Amino acid sequence: MPATLATLDAKFPGAFATSAFRDNTRVEVAADKAPAVLFDLLKCLKDDRGFDFLADIAGIDYLNYPNATDRYGVVYALTNLATGERLFVKAFANDPDPALPSAVPLWAGADWMEREVYDMFGVVFDGHPDLRRILMPAEFTAHPLRKDYPLRGLGERHNFPTITRAES
Amino acid sequence: MALTGLMPDFLVTKLDYVANLVRKHSLWPMPFATACCGIELMATASSRYDIARFGSEAMRFSPRQCDLMIVAGRVVMKMVPVMQRVWLQMPEPKWCISMGACASSGGVFDAYATVQGIDRFLPVDVYVPGCPPRPEQLIRAVLDIQEKVTKTGTIDAREFAARSGYEGPTALAQELAPEEAIVAPGDFRTATRLRVPLN
Ligand code: SF4
Repeated sequence: MPATLATLDAKFPGAFATSAFRDNTRVEVAADKAPAVLFDLLKCLKDDRGFDFLADIAGIDYLNYPNATDRYGVVYALTNLATGERLFVKAFANDPDPALPSAVPLWAGADWMEREVYDMFGVVFDGHPDLRRILMPAEFTAHPLRKDYPLRGLGERHNFPTITRAES
Repeated sequence: MALTGLMPDFLVTKLDYVANLVRKHSLWPMPFATACCGIELMATASSRYDIARFGSEAMRFSPRQCDLMIVAGRVVMKMVPVMQRVWLQMPEPKWCISMGACASSGGVFDAYATVQGIDRFLPVDVYVPGCPPRPEQLIRAVLDIQEKVTKTGTIDAREFAARSGYEGPTALAQELAPEEAIVAPGDFRTATRLRVPLN
């Protein structure tokens, strides 16, 4: 893992911060750097450091989170299948138009995972081939996992016509 | 024949009575099983609980061959148009059982996507409480449907034509704070679909 971080440091000096939780290493790319740096950073990890497997993409909304500076976090869980190393890349994005570069050109499996993050958090992935909602109906207008979205929704769940017995 | 003298040559009865008699003893369930309650629904059809004793064992997976819709499980908003379409595709006369806490009221899933009771969108005849209801309860519900058919059924389905109003809950049982933003029917601030009356 130190070799990986050294490679990243040489290629992208000052573009990211690192942190650790137990045996997880995290690379954090702030919102002002992420649009320009994130794709090249992921590509470097894949091509130079052998992180050939994108295990997961998760979204986080840091609204009202203590000491948070950026609002949306998108976590890429990378695995090197040859060595078993794991690395988490966390990129941030901000309102009003949260956007990050798409990882689909690197890992085709990012397709549906990015659609899910887009659906739930409204983070747009530039360069995604087919960025549609994946879980919610297409007519849905909100992004339900945002912290400012009420738990019970805004009434969408009851916005359907009623069928009475006489007319059915 | 020895019986000839005992049996009358003809019987007088009501067409409604005959229709009800044959209908209630051969209800064909449409298993609309969307979640865990569906497992109990399958158990009800198994030999141990044996819904066949009550004439309802012929489950068909095409709504066009059924006359008893059993909604077993939670229904999310993406599923409501499907459920309504399945219901509309069933031929008359037909009945609906709302099986389990989720189908009847949303159950523990008071979340943005889960419908809080299918009776807001469909006419339900019998509700089955429980999470999940035991197979005996579902059999009881089928017996209740049979009783309902006996008591109210008519051969030309006049009793259905009388049910022309909304039959769902009129208000929420519990008052909620405004920021919880649960919305009763009638308030559709962020419309995803236009609410248009069907007739
Ligand atoms: S009522 Fe209980 S068993 Fe039935 S669908 Fe809901 S959670 Fe599952």
